[in-house]
Amino acid sequence: MTEQAYNFAYLDEQTKRMIRRAILKGLAIPGYQVPFASREMPMPYGWGTGGVQVSAAVLCPEDRMKVIDQGADDTTNAVSIRSFFERTAGVETTTSTAEASVIQTRHRVPEMALSEGQILVYQVPIPEPLRFLEPRESETRKMHSLEEYGLMHVKLYEDIARHGHIATAYAYPVKVEGRYVMDPSPIPKFDNPKLSDCAAIQLFGAGREQRIYALPPYTSVVSLDFEDHPFEASKPDHPCGLCGAEDSYLDEVIMDDAGGRMFVCSDTDFCEARRLAGHKGKDAA
Amino acid sequence: MTDQPLLSVRNISRHYGAHIGCEDVSFDLYPGEVMGIVGESGSGKSTLLNCMAGHLTPDRGQVVFDTRADGPRDTVTMSEPERRMLSRTDWAFVHQHARDGLRMGVSAGGNVGERLMAVGARNYGDIRTKATDWLGRVEIDATRIDDRPSTFSGGMQQRLQIARNLVTGPRLVFMDEPTGGLDVSVQARLLDLLRGLVRDMGLSAVIVTHDLAVVRLLADRLMVMKSGRVVEQGLTDQVLDDPQHGYTQLLVSSVLQV
Ligand SMILES: Nc1ncnc2c1ncn2[C@@H]1O[C@H](COP(=O)(O)OP(=O)(O)OP(=O)(O)O)[C@@H](O)[C@H]1O
Ligand SMILES: [Mg+2]
Repeated sequence: MTEQAYNFAYLDEQTKRMIRRAILKGLAIPGYQVPFASREMPMPYGWGTGGVQVSAAVLCPEDRMKVIDQGADDTTNAVSIRSFFERTAGVETTTSTAEASVIQTRHRVPEMALSEGQILVYQVPIPEPLRFLEPRESETRKMHSLEEYGLMHVKLYEDIARHGHIATAYAYPVKVEGRYVMDPSPIPKFDNPKLSDCAAIQLFGAGREQRIYALPPYTSVVSLDFEDHPFEASKPDHPCGLCGAEDSYLDEVIMDDAGGRMFVCSDTDFCEARRLAGHKGKDAA
Repeated sequence: MTDQPLLSVRNISRHYGAHIGCEDVSFDLYPGEVMGIVGESGSGKSTLLNCMAGHLTPDRGQVVFDTRADGPRDTVTMSEPERRMLSRTDWAFVHQHARDGLRMGVSAGGNVGERLMAVGARNYGDIRTKATDWLGRVEIDATRIDDRPSTFSGGMQQRLQIARNLVTGPRLVFMDEPTGGLDVSVQARLLDLLRGLVRDMGLSAVIVTHDLAVVRLLADRLMVMKSGRVVEQGLTDQVLDDPQHGYTQLLVSSVLQV
């Protein structure tokens, strides 16, 4: 099949309209999970088919797209999604957070504050934050509609009882605009504060589970906690070995067979920009 | 006893298709009173209880509860959010099978704490203190607070279910065969415990059972059901010692033979 055989951004216009309606509904009811008819995509579930469909529905020819996986632009997943949109939509791509108008992400929020006009699209594996304790979908739907969220705190209680502190480090549940409890996707809890009062539009797509939810710009997003165990946006307590940043989320990298290791920014674009600007960490060559 | 019933059941009927579940049941329950419902298997006890507790919608009739905020309200016609709020504050429901009333994947402390968190408790230390206190009141060792109920014996699971239900200080407890399926000695201990809690907390309760020993010990009043209908009701001792209806006489004599 030639590339011309695809409609712009792969999905047909009918499907994109259906997805846009779900997105608009999601933006109108921040944090509410909107069902949508997820389509087969030319990639397996778990590869971000929900995020890809949302991106396809919002992309315009003049957009510039960035794709990150765990903060990096160069992993297999990120590269294949980026090239998918290069081929099917012909849009320009970039690795620069500042220059991107649409950013699709798996497991991270860029370190740089986003601005108005940008759209951040999250890939979501499990959209239902209550699933862990209540597997019945009929019941979780009722809990959302009646704001019965006690169970969310049972989950955090169990964490503290077992580990002495809230050990949930990823997909840490949040409350949106004082109403819906939402799973922010498996981002580290370090990223949770970035969701709140964000200038960009944030869209969440779960392909297998057929759900879309959204945060319009400047939405209040609060991480759940207890009075005596307050939420902490923690990260490894080191500076980045390459750029020296003290306030960015770090990955631990094994350096050699002797077990040497270093901590580096997980957001590769952020790290590179800092190094270009002359910042240097203790492990930089 | 005040003159205002806590619960007033009026002409409750529930059918399953053409089949009768329960038919035209009415009674009043006063604060601090325990009502026993007995009858053979299939006589409609659970159907009636579930209609009262809001788990089943009756075809006809009213279940009027004296709410704290607004006085007597028909819980059948109130909105679902209101009814669900009642069921996690002023009402409690103890299932025959503890696993239907417990979260098996959650620790004992989490099970007891859930209702507190459901009504807004947000202090871990306080929740834990209350959970510890309640485990003690149902005679579960405090060292088991972080264990899952799947590691508990049947009797302990049932006691945990009771603690989880009573922690928010409900005024009305529905129980469906709370001692069913337990060993006789375990039953006796549970009954003792229930009797103590009912007395100390001034609870009102509706207890479904087919064990007459249970009602003898716990219930002030008794209703006897047969084929979905109430055939006799009165003070427990009166009904058991001087049964009027032929079916009740049979029921009582069959117990005596055991
Ligand atoms: N879901 C259902 N669908 C159809 N019929 C039902 C259903 N539940 C109960 N019934 C019927 O309604 C009648 C009353 O049943 P119910 O469960 O209320 O009796 P019960 O007195 O609680 O019996 P048991 O002592 O065995 O628990 C029975 O004839 C039963 O077969
Ligand atoms: Mg029954």
